[in-house]
Amino acid sequence: MTEGIHVEFDGVSKSYDGRTLVVEDLNLRIRTGEFVTLLGPSGSGKTTILMMLAGFQAPTAGEIRLEGRPIQNLPARKRGIGMVFQNYALFPHMTVGGNLAFPLEVRGLAPDECRERVDRALRLVRLEGFADRRPGQLSGGQQQRVAIARALVFEPSLVLMDEPLGALDRSLREEMQYEIRRIHQTLGVTVVYVTHDQQEAMVMSDRIAVLRGGVVEQIAAPEGLYEEPERAFVASFIGENNRLHGRVTRLLDGDVCEVETGGERVRALRVVECAEGDEVTLSIRPERIAIDPEEGRYTNEVTAVVVDMTFLGDHLRIRLSACGRRDFIVTIPNVLGHGGLLVGDTVRLGWTVSDCRALNHERGTE
Amino acid sequence: MTGARQPRRYSAGPGSGARLRAFGLVTPLLLFVGVTFIAPLVTMLVRSVHDPVVADALPETVSLLHDWNGEGLPPEPVYAAAARELNQAREDRTLGQVAGRVNRVQSGMRSVFTRTARALEDIEAGPWRDVFSGINEAWNDPATWHAIKSTGQRFTARHYLNAVDMQRLPDGSVTRQPEERRIYLRLFWRTLLVSSAITFLCLLLGYPIAHLIAQAPPRRANLLLVLVLVPFWTSLLVRTTAWIVLLQTQGVINDLLVTLGLIGDDGRLAMIYNMTGTIVAMTHVLLPFMVLPLYSVMRTIPRDHMNAAASLGATPRQAFLRVYWPQSLPGVGAGSLLVFILAIGFYITPALVGGSDGQLISGMIAYHMQTSLNWGLAGALGGVLLLGVLVLYVLYDRLVGVERMGLS
Ligand SMILES: Nc1ncnc2c1ncn2[C@@H]1O[C@H](COP(=O)(O)OP(=O)(O)OP(=O)(O)O)[C@@H](O)[C@H]1O
Ligand SMILES: [Mg+2]
Repeated sequence: MTEGIHVEFDGVSKSYDGRTLVVEDLNLRIRTGEFVTLLGPSGSGKTTILMMLAGFQAPTAGEIRLEGRPIQNLPARKRGIGMVFQNYALFPHMTVGGNLAFPLEVRGLAPDECRERVDRALRLVRLEGFADRRPGQLSGGQQQRVAIARALVFEPSLVLMDEPLGALDRSLREEMQYEIRRIHQTLGVTVVYVTHDQQEAMVMSDRIAVLRGGVVEQIAAPEGLYEEPERAFVASFIGENNRLHGRVTRLLDGDVCEVETGGERVRALRVVECAEGDEVTLSIRPERIAIDPEEGRYTNEVTAVVVDMTFLGDHLRIRLSACGRRDFIVTIPNVLGHGGLLVGDTVRLGWTVSDCRALNHERGTE
Repeated sequence: MTGARQPRRYSAGPGSGARLRAFGLVTPLLLFVGVTFIAPLVTMLVRSVHDPVVADALPETVSLLHDWNGEGLPPEPVYAAAARELNQAREDRTLGQVAGRVNRVQSGMRSVFTRTARALEDIEAGPWRDVFSGINEAWNDPATWHAIKSTGQRFTARHYLNAVDMQRLPDGSVTRQPEERRIYLRLFWRTLLVSSAITFLCLLLGYPIAHLIAQAPPRRANLLLVLVLVPFWTSLLVRTTAWIVLLQTQGVINDLLVTLGLIGDDGRLAMIYNMTGTIVAMTHVLLPFMVLPLYSVMRTIPRDHMNAAASLGATPRQAFLRVYWPQSLPGVGAGSLLVFILAIGFYITPALVGGSDGQLISGMIAYHMQTSLNWGLAGALGGVLLLGVLVLYVLYDRLVGVERMGLS
């Protein structure tokens, strides 16, 4: 079933020093034309994975396949993979045009052909007329686009991008996110993208692989990661959530369990395998919690006291003390004002079973 | 309004005070450099064109010779003045210096002068021309008087002409020295060639080392840098003599080759006290001056660049030639310039291991400073060398740009 699979990591591990694994048993299949993002905190092994794919590092164990063919013995220059480096790696002694022509010239293309392709690539990233500048004379965003154009100009079917927008300011980053999406859609290339910014990953990707300490925690589409995190780390890394530490008191039908947390008993979806008495982490999204709902509408109801409220434009962020914690967060959209809520009020909170996920317990993360 | 006023206060207030303080802090250095470097340099350059010894000792003779048309022998008053002033010079004990100066232009003059002055002691009256020709035949030769006339000039290009193997004939025309007296141009040329060879060897040996250090992880890089610098901590003399131990006829390398049977005992290689010795030892001594600038430039070339080139399809060779080498050029330029400039002025090593045919222009300058005491010529040779270095520097600046040297 390798049909349509472009890149395949099969049990890939990597260790630089022979002792610690920087990447551990990576299994990942990327479809042709897919935009996959490796998302994870600094040091989680994202660059290492790209380096192995690009051919600058060899896996310690496992196999990487490109279109079904193992590439262990293929040197980087023969893999035909375009790469955008974290700090662009533009050649400062060449003009923009020279940078773009480089991959074509080393392939022995005729000068006319080179010029034509360089022009086309510059048009693609909207930098017509910049061919004679040096990289040093460009702004960060322009350099970024040159780097992308250079990775695309020799028409690779796979492009790797290592935190390409890390050095840009916020508004430029958003613009470039859109540009990269547009280019991806125009050309239909497969993209493996690396970032540690979850927002960026959510905006751009078809699928996201969340990495932590060299281990993939979850691979899913952005909605899936947000709505159905399978690990406490994913739940905490993607978007805001309330994480409650508790102990399973009862297993119920339909993958539901009852968990005791901070003196309250709540029912949660059993995502992690657990038995009675096990410790779990409950994850509840702040916007899925209703304040003072109709009696009996939600399975889970607790009482809480408002500690503090923050107005954030389109929504209100309310901090309450509930379930034995003083940092229980609820957000409500700013459509009805704050409904006469005041600090110190006692309210009831309610949420459904499916919005409350029992995940693996993590020490030190709550 | 306040916005317009503020910048002015900022720029004027702390600016001048800080500048004054900064100047105060570097004053000791400026004084030091001025006294120990600039002053000797200027003195030597002045000496190379300014030589007042003869003019001061024989003022009237020289001024009368100035009006002499140069044909035949000079008129009687010149002889009279010479008699008086030679006597005076002998009493003032400056005669030796004067004779030495004239002797450089016309050899044999030293003894003529001393003998003449001694003979003149007992003679009261002229006709002086007869007296002089009675004392020594040389005074009947117009060349003698031309020699005095030419050395009597306070400001002279003689030393510079001499330094480039030229001379001024009595009629004022400039020609090349006779074949057997042409030494300096050949020596300059040899110095240039040897320095170029040494620079090239240093580049050949230093480039890979610098690259290795620049690529190594920080700890190893530091260790390697220390190894490169170790020679700096050993005296130049020790390093040079170590080469003598290694290279001499009964030295380590020859012994080894003989033991291995590669050469016979009577076929021992002459690797020292000749040009080979000079080149080997100087390459070793100057290598760090190549490695350090290269390293400092290579360190700034991002590692990603070679990876980027590879991912773009370049072979290692293409990646090196088109991406790495061009970016390391400022270091190559700086290192080569440094080594070359140091090499053309290098003295100790060639003096110790160069033998007679491994000498460079520096040896000749030292000879004129210490042995022949012709400081004017030494200054002129140094001046030519200095000019060469400046020309090189300007060329480098034009081609590469000094600010890109990357020594910072
Ligand atoms: N060349 C190397 N030699 C030894 N260890 C390395 C090397 N490169 C990376 N590491 C280690 O491997 C781990 C993962 O590094 P990697 O660069 O893949 O992280 P990353 O996810 O890209 O982080 P970042 O977001 O900071 O770029 C880190 O602990 C790092 O110290
Ligand atoms: Mg990285």
